[in-house]
Amino acid sequence: MSTTQIQVEAEVHHDDHHDHHQSFIRKYIFSEDHKTIAKQFLITGIFWALIGGAMSVLFRLQLGFPDMDLSILKPILGKWLTANGKIDSEFYLALVTMHGTIMVFFVLTAGLSGTFSNFLIPLQVGARDMASGFMNMLSYWFFFVSGVIMFVSIFIETGPASGGWTIYPPLSALPEAMSGSGLGMTLWLVSMVFFIVSTLLGGINYITTVINLRTEGMSFARLPLTIWAFLVTAILGLLSFPVLFSAALLLVFDRSFGTSFYLSDIYIAGEALPNIGGSPILFQHLFWFLGHPEVYIVLLPALGITSEIISTNSRKPIFGYKAMIGSILGIAFLSFIVWAHHMFITGMNPFLGSIFMFLTLIIAVPSAVKVFNYITTLWRGNIVFTPAMLFSIGLVSFFISGGLTGLFLGNSAIDINVHDTYFVVAHFHIVMGSASFFGMLAGVYHWFPKMFGRMLDEKLGYIHFWISFIGIYMVFFPLHYIGLAGFPRRYYSFTNFDAFGGFTDLNMMVSIAAIITFSAQFIFLFNFFYSMWRGRKAPANPWRSNTLEWTTPINPGHGNWPGEIPTVHRWPYDYSKPGAKEDFIPQNIPLSETPESNLPEEH
Amino acid sequence: MSGFVIGLGLLLLGAILIAIFRVTTLIGIAKGDGKKRVGSANGVNAFLFIVFLVGSFILLFWYSYTHFDSYNLPLASEHGVVTDRIFWITMGVTCVAFIITHVLLFVFPYVYRFKEEKEAFYFPHNNKLELTWTIVPAVVLSVLIFTGWRAWVDITAPAPEDSERIEIMGYQFAWAVRYGGGDGQLGKSDFRLIDVDNRMGIDFSDRKSYDDFIPLEIHIPKGKNIEFKIRATDVIHSVFAPHFRLQMNAVPGLPTSFWFTPTKTTAEMRSELENENFNYELVCNKICGKGHFAMRYLIIVDEPEAYQEWYKSQQAWLKLNPDYLSKVPADLREVAAISAKMDGSLN
Repeated sequence: MSTTQIQVEAEVHHDDHHDHHQSFIRKYIFSEDHKTIAKQFLITGIFWALIGGAMSVLFRLQLGFPDMDLSILKPILGKWLTANGKIDSEFYLALVTMHGTIMVFFVLTAGLSGTFSNFLIPLQVGARDMASGFMNMLSYWFFFVSGVIMFVSIFIETGPASGGWTIYPPLSALPEAMSGSGLGMTLWLVSMVFFIVSTLLGGINYITTVINLRTEGMSFARLPLTIWAFLVTAILGLLSFPVLFSAALLLVFDRSFGTSFYLSDIYIAGEALPNIGGSPILFQHLFWFLGHPEVYIVLLPALGITSEIISTNSRKPIFGYKAMIGSILGIAFLSFIVWAHHMFITGMNPFLGSIFMFLTLIIAVPSAVKVFNYITTLWRGNIVFTPAMLFSIGLVSFFISGGLTGLFLGNSAIDINVHDTYFVVAHFHIVMGSASFFGMLAGVYHWFPKMFGRMLDEKLGYIHFWISFIGIYMVFFPLHYIGLAGFPRRYYSFTNFDAFGGFTDLNMMVSIAAIITFSAQFIFLFNFFYSMWRGRKAPANPWRSNTLEWTTPINPGHGNWPGEIPTVHRWPYDYSKPGAKEDFIPQNIPLSETPESNLPEEH
Repeated sequence: MSGFVIGLGLLLLGAILIAIFRVTTLIGIAKGDGKKRVGSANGVNAFLFIVFLVGSFILLFWYSYTHFDSYNLPLASEHGVVTDRIFWITMGVTCVAFIITHVLLFVFPYVYRFKEEKEAFYFPHNNKLELTWTIVPAVVLSVLIFTGWRAWVDITAPAPEDSERIEIMGYQFAWAVRYGGGDGQLGKSDFRLIDVDNRMGIDFSDRKSYDDFIPLEIHIPKGKNIEFKIRATDVIHSVFAPHFRLQMNAVPGLPTSFWFTPTKTTAEMRSELENENFNYELVCNKICGKGHFAMRYLIIVDEPEAYQEWYKSQQAWLKLNPDYLSKVPADLREVAAISAKMDGSLN
């Protein structure tokens, strides 16, 4: 605890004379303030979400309206359009690859964790800033560089990486195999290396801050579930991203230095390659050792945010706080030993398939516990539907729908037939994509007042929610049927096969729904930027919430609290405590001030 | 020009929407909406959840029922009966969970929407409840795991000895298929021997290879065990035949296999589906490059007798490509010519 004290004093001191003459660059660009860095992550994440979303609209046009003439997009797409105005089949693959990469890594990892871990950890644990503001700043700027490189790769002559976001070699290792595996793939790998560095710098900071800089009284048993989720997410990232780094490094060796880690027995472009003895399956093991925890790196922060918002707006304590922590830890642990369920039919030993099926289905248990706890939290609540609350309920719905289809895919016997079909696309877009995306939006709606000191417009929020919620189901639910009919993913067109002649109308409907859903996000964008400057001024605690961030000034400066950091006296979920004057008791209120509502064990 | 008009129209539309937004916001402020703790929108949102629940369930069950035939793929293999059964058991279990949780998730918000005079129930935990819903899913999942595991072990067990062995090789962007010929055994192959004609890299120093034949479509006999020996030469492909519930990746450097027993001939399936043009298809299901979406191959299931006839009528690859006789070691050329049923004498 002594380190905390020193840190606090240093920061208070530093705060006094610093706030006034910080240059523009230090305040808004190379800022070390966690709140500014969080906003940088958020804005960058929104930028990437727009690019990733626009890409999905493009390939949905191809899938829904295969005969459409897209010549109007010639100025943007140039030679990626064929002479009759259709998307080139190789560019189609580039689009799905970039869409996946951008959404998984840049939007739902950096945009979500980067924004909310940065913003909320110091505010909710009661710290002046992150353990290392400098590393935190580096984390953002490494992410920025990573993004610039990825962005550049979209515009090069041979096109960006196109082998799918999972970049399985040999396809990704051999430039002869597809043009995207040339310079585009090199840039992808370089970009990811920067991204991994960024994630690690951020993650170390989050973990250190949560462990060392909690204010007095903020024991682990009093941490809001958001912080638990961010902490565990950071640990997952710290353990799994280096494995992706090693996978990428070996791939770089195979691509550029003639090694054979992943390559063997290859005859391509008219010649037999000298590589012998490598295994493409090795890459898949390494990739999914990151890839599966990555699913939870994306999802856990969203679940943490949801826990907080559902509890606050139900005006009830989250049901089963300890079980929620237990299930976060359980999910996190299990997420490291289920990776090979992505590989049941890749030629991996079937015995391993049995083991991984068993482990995979176990992970459904803590997930189910979370769902039941959310629902019980709603039960007999006094529910206020803020936009954040709507998005949180939507998230739980997605988590259920997508989680249940996981029981099909995790079962290796069923997976034989649905592997790599649209059923999988439906599954992970609902459970990982949409659920996390809703968590992110819920977080923005909930903490916008703390970020910018103003309120987002609620009515626009409601419209945004209902269009997005219905739209996302209209986009992804039909894909289950298409997948069961055997339609493979990553297909440019289905006209070559008799078996895939159907569903043209359904595909069209999905594409229209996708365009509407994407367009609805502009309502949010307008609301976001408009309210930032012209929204209603926020009150100090607009949601009547218990957590510490609402005890800061409406526009907290560098250092967060002008005076002393508040001390914590209770858990964060004292909502509607019997006998209490209000339906919430913030964490910094001592038990001695609330004798009327204290439980027997609290006297 | 039309682009400009559309752009202008969108701009105008945007401007109008923003104006409406401004006006309603100002009216709201004038009416003092911000002062009340919860506005009228609360009830509307709560009600919309019920509307959504009812509407989406009707849509879901209506579509699933009326369009059953379009997404339920006809089945033509023995192990597929088992996997389909597990699929439908899982579907039953998940549907129950799906309906219960969603009814609660959307009805609770409506029933317990905010009311000024009401107070929420302080209910932080209940060990009995929590234990129940940890154990119940765990038990249900164990049953699913167990049935799935048993099926998986059977399906992935080594192919029976009497299986018909057929080699399938994926390459950008087509399939090549090889049968053992008269001796029923596949000869060796090596990727270093591949050239423009010898696409499969058949090794002609191996006696078993002389009578191997490479047909343009896959024929398999109904009711017999078939083992696909699967490989790839450039990137990963995936052998996917949805009607047989069959899928296995084709990996360069790692031969894989999948065995199954077809239960319906192509002709039987045609009459069952009342579709004269029906064919079983082999599909590539692992992203492999530009032509990924076009790697089609036909699988034709024959009655065993018809299959035998077809098999015998096939000509050895070596016979069709006599130039490759020069690759056969000199002392074996005669054997090769006989076993490939090559006409004429050897020079």
